[in-house]
Amino acid sequence: MKKITEDLLRQISEWDGEFKGAYNIREDGACAGRMSSDNIKIESKKDQPGLEIHILPHTIGETVSIPACVTHGDVDDLVYNDFYVGEYADVTIVAGCGIHTETGEPARHNGIHRFFLKKGSKVKYVEKHIGTGHGTGLRSIDPVTECVLEENSVLEMDTAQIGGVDRTSRNTKAEVGAGAKLLIRERILTEKEQTANTEFEVELNGKDSGVDLISRSVARDNSRQGYHSVIIGNAPCTGHSECDAIISENGKVDAAPELHAHDNDAALIHEAAIGKIAGEQILKLRTLGLTEEQAEATIIDGFLS
Amino acid sequence: MLRLENIYWDTPNGTNVLNGLDLEIPDGKLVVITGPNGGGKTTLAKIIAGIYTQKSGRIMLDGEDITELDITQRAEKGISFAFQQPVRFKGITVRKLIELASGNTMSEHELCEILSKVGLCAREYINREVDSTLSGGEIKRIEIASVLARHTNVSVFDEPEAGIDLWSFSNLINVFQEMRKKLKGTLIIISHQERILEIADEIAVVADGRIKAMGKADEMMNILMNSNGITGVCSKQEGLLK
Repeated sequence: MKKITEDLLRQISEWDGEFKGAYNIREDGACAGRMSSDNIKIESKKDQPGLEIHILPHTIGETVSIPACVTHGDVDDLVYNDFYVGEYADVTIVAGCGIHTETGEPARHNGIHRFFLKKGSKVKYVEKHIGTGHGTGLRSIDPVTECVLEENSVLEMDTAQIGGVDRTSRNTKAEVGAGAKLLIRERILTEKEQTANTEFEVELNGKDSGVDLISRSVARDNSRQGYHSVIIGNAPCTGHSECDAIISENGKVDAAPELHAHDNDAALIHEAAIGKIAGEQILKLRTLGLTEEQAEATIIDGFLS
Repeated sequence: MLRLENIYWDTPNGTNVLNGLDLEIPDGKLVVITGPNGGGKTTLAKIIAGIYTQKSGRIMLDGEDITELDITQRAEKGISFAFQQPVRFKGITVRKLIELASGNTMSEHELCEILSKVGLCAREYINREVDSTLSGGEIKRIEIASVLARHTNVSVFDEPEAGIDLWSFSNLINVFQEMRKKLKGTLIIISHQERILEIADEIAVVADGRIKAMGKADEMMNILMNSNGITGVCSKQEGLLK
């Protein structure tokens, strides 16, 4: 495994020289390490690049990590990973992608992840994206996430893009069954000329299904972000979409939350707030002894934490 | 000692608010600044903290001229300020805010010591965000705790009673009484509340942008409580004890 891959792994996952639990490390489109566990089997797909990850029913407390790293320019990595989570399993899945370039050539990772959660299962999905290096080549990450949540299952997604990615197009779709819950926490920071577009489409199809989608973003310099969420309530359900964005310098954010209630007992809410850092927030932190720059950094760090 | 000399301040649209204000606050005293609404009390507090910059005049702290120091520099010199309308932050926890105020990371026990002074149980609050999920009373107490955590020489509280319930208010009086017992520096409270005036060492009345009267608390209370005396102190009565 390359040194650059190790550096990226430290930033996007819990890697500290090794992983706890099952793992697969993808490096420049190839496998750089893999281990299954008794309860979590990782196998290569036969018809396309990527993995099938099978988590046995009633697997409790285990973690599976599947980071992907691109270590140089002129790489266009496409991968399809499918997760099959057995009934009443309760596990953590750590994905994430790091892209490093030192040249003028572009580098891209496009991860298409599908999650199939069986009845009563619970998954915490953690995904961090980062770009590093001094290369001028475009660093882009375009994740696609598709989820099918069966009865009373819970998927908690914690997804963050923490810097250095020039362009991202993030697409998440979910079908949520009876009693199932989808919780999404998204954090995106863009700077310089970067762009980020994020799309969510959630269909609440079962009685008492629910989604709670919170996106926090910061657009600095000349960067631009777009947020579009669609929640469709096809059954008695609850849906909440919240987009909070901080803009600074010439940053731009377009937010468009959409709600569609197709059932009389669907209760759907959306909130969107975009603005620069409130002057009072800066003043308060300055009265505690922080400089204006320290106050702004503290507010942004907290907002994206 | 904090001394303000001949302070003038105008609003951005040119309305004169402070009009040659002079004030001297000795160390080790709890001074309550009162006066009618619009008389310049909050402006005075913000001038002390450096949030507003005076048009002219001089501010001295322990013999040092701090007139040209900005908010951060005055905070470093030991001036703290509790906002009348506390600021909310998405993503910043109570723990983080108190730690920023103290300048150090803090144990749960240390946080508990600070938060219990304002009637909050640390375990319930330290991981909560300082955002709209907190009630007006809760956020006010956290604002006061952020000043207590600084242990500074000059602590300024701008109408700490505003927006809090009666129970919290009683608790607040106890907090100020405790602070007064251990006071090394100066405690300045902007307030209309009789119970806060009663715990003061000295009371200053601000009206029409100037100090109209200042003296020992018992003497000033007699003047303020006297139905005729007030007109001799202030040009307007609204907002005072009447």
